[in-house]
Amino acid sequence: MAQMTMVQAITDALRTEMKDDENVLVFGEDVGNNGGVFRATEGLQKEFGEDRVFDTPLAESGIGGLAIGLGLQGFRPVAEIQFFGFVYEVMDSISGQMARMRFRSGGSLNSPVTIRSPFGGGVHTPEMHADSLEGLMASQPGLKVVIPSTPYDAKGLLISSIRDNDPVIFLEHLKLYRSGRQEVPEESYTIPLGKADVKREGTDLTIIAYGAMVQESLKAAEELEKEDFSVEVIDLRTIQPLDIETLVASVEKTGRAMVVQEAQKQAGIAANIVAELMDRTILSLEAPVLRVTAPDSIFPFSQAEQVWLPNSKDIVETAKKVLTF
Amino acid sequence: MAAKKSQQFQPVETLHAIEEKFEMVQILNEEGEIVNEEADPKLSDEDLQELMRRMVFTRILDQRSISLNRQGRLGFYAPTAGQEASQLASHFALTKDDFILPGYRDVPQLIWHGWPLHQAFLFSRGHFMGNQMEEGLNILPPQIIIGAQFIQAAGVALGLQKRKKEAVAVTYTGDGGSSQGDFYEGINFAGSFRSPAIFIVQNNQYAISTPRELQTSAKTIAQKAVAAGIPGVLVDGMDPLAVYAVTRDARERAVKGEGPTLIETLCYRYGPHTMAGDDPTRYRTSDTDSEWEKKDPLIRFRKYLEAKGLWNEEKENEVIEQAKDEIKAAIKKADSAPKQTVTNMLEIMYEEIPFNVQEQLDIYKAKESK
Repeated sequence: MAQMTMVQAITDALRTEMKDDENVLVFGEDVGNNGGVFRATEGLQKEFGEDRVFDTPLAESGIGGLAIGLGLQGFRPVAEIQFFGFVYEVMDSISGQMARMRFRSGGSLNSPVTIRSPFGGGVHTPEMHADSLEGLMASQPGLKVVIPSTPYDAKGLLISSIRDNDPVIFLEHLKLYRSGRQEVPEESYTIPLGKADVKREGTDLTIIAYGAMVQESLKAAEELEKEDFSVEVIDLRTIQPLDIETLVASVEKTGRAMVVQEAQKQAGIAANIVAELMDRTILSLEAPVLRVTAPDSIFPFSQAEQVWLPNSKDIVETAKKVLTF
Repeated sequence: MAAKKSQQFQPVETLHAIEEKFEMVQILNEEGEIVNEEADPKLSDEDLQELMRRMVFTRILDQRSISLNRQGRLGFYAPTAGQEASQLASHFALTKDDFILPGYRDVPQLIWHGWPLHQAFLFSRGHFMGNQMEEGLNILPPQIIIGAQFIQAAGVALGLQKRKKEAVAVTYTGDGGSSQGDFYEGINFAGSFRSPAIFIVQNNQYAISTPRELQTSAKTIAQKAVAAGIPGVLVDGMDPLAVYAVTRDARERAVKGEGPTLIETLCYRYGPHTMAGDDPTRYRTSDTDSEWEKKDPLIRFRKYLEAKGLWNEEKENEVIEQAKDEIKAAIKKADSAPKQTVTNMLEIMYEEIPFNVQEQLDIYKAKESK
């Protein structure tokens, strides 16, 4: 075991997989010699050579095409999009192409690509760096979308993502890269995709969250405990497909639920979860399932982040509405 | 007093000087005469006959496909008549190990690469079994998103290079497609990695109704290779020998590790853009049509082969009859494909079926068993 930040756990996962499988290739803008703009690929080119870890021209669409083509030649591409706000440049390669490869070839071809990309607010990035666009990805059949919130989850989920024979979008929250350390096993391990994790057990309310909102939800749960509310916090970890079983079991136990996301209310995946809970748990519910989200504006100018991004206070406020409905 | 002209730089002269470099390669003129002896690829008699056979077969395939489409026995179809030299002579320069990333009009190349005809018909109808590629058949299904095949070709080529295979990735688009971002990114990536790719632009003069001149003020599309720092060649796309020669040349350089080439084939489609209601008389004159009909690749190649004693009416009729028979058999085989179900669609989504898909699979399996 070693104490690792999330970004170190990510590097470690990449190293582990590159050692295990010579078909794994890491590429993107400045991921080689430079080790990535967040050091996520630090040291990999030195260790595995320029043939396996390499820089590309500055063109996201081309990177997507490169990943698809390399996948067709039996490689296991792990491509990086420097910031997920730039995904619009590569939407066709992701949603229009790799997501459909297995289907459009009648199951005869596949696209075993992992797209790694940072996102998320709270660190005053310039425009189009922090936007939460996971909702776009989650609505595309053929993709899986993974968002870890801890170093331990990040490593196990990234290894699973790379080994998956279908395309996986692996979104790394900027604020979580170095926000804390956690014990992470040095050996290889996997966490199944599509499995949520109960980060805190409780009996009065289920808070469903992902990304940076998991930490905020845990903070809120602690606050609420002071008022004798027992809150269960579920970290989705994979936002598509959803772990319906874990969600339903928790909500059936607590009878109250809310969903927390950093994305705007009209975006993200919270509405999806509310709908699933309506379908499956309505007879267990004591109150409506409320959402904590960002407002439906464009992601804010950096100085306005603090008033715009949802935080533990918003969560406590909404939780009380649900708890006292 | 007029401002003094700058003597420091001559951008207009530079542009013209570059444009002058992209002269059209032609080996066989409209009369079927060799006009460039030096560039003649010197194909064997058998190869020459085989190439003619494929071109005739494909012309018949186009005629039959149009009529089958009109009868409702085929679906989506993009006519190919006029482009036989561009499509088949370029393909003739490839080997089975080469990987083809076609556009939606490039079904003939796939067929000659080994895609069974009945599967091509199932593709046209919209049946998943059409696109099920047999192991070792190095093709993708026709690409509908114009330009996507170019960036993917850069990836396939890099893959071949990393695998150290003596093979190339070959991809096709049209003149309109050369305006797409993915077109530029594709050739630029392949150039940057010096990957073994051949990018072919079949300039058939029109992107649906939009004439080539409206796509760009560049004099040729071949010169766009300059932006990627790779060789570009303009070739008479109605001349099978010239198309074959430049493709073979590009392939040789690619497998030697010398990087990609952009080839522009100047050609013409006689038919509509697709069979989905496009009416070329709205944007083309019959004068232009007949001008290009004189350049027909079949006419000039037939003349050339007849003069060499390698072709005659009997041989041609044999091919026509064979084509008709094979097409008939393939349509019949396509007819026998089972009807598609929602279960089929769900089952080919993922290797490991996720929760939501499994739940829906169960629902549709129950529905379908009723």
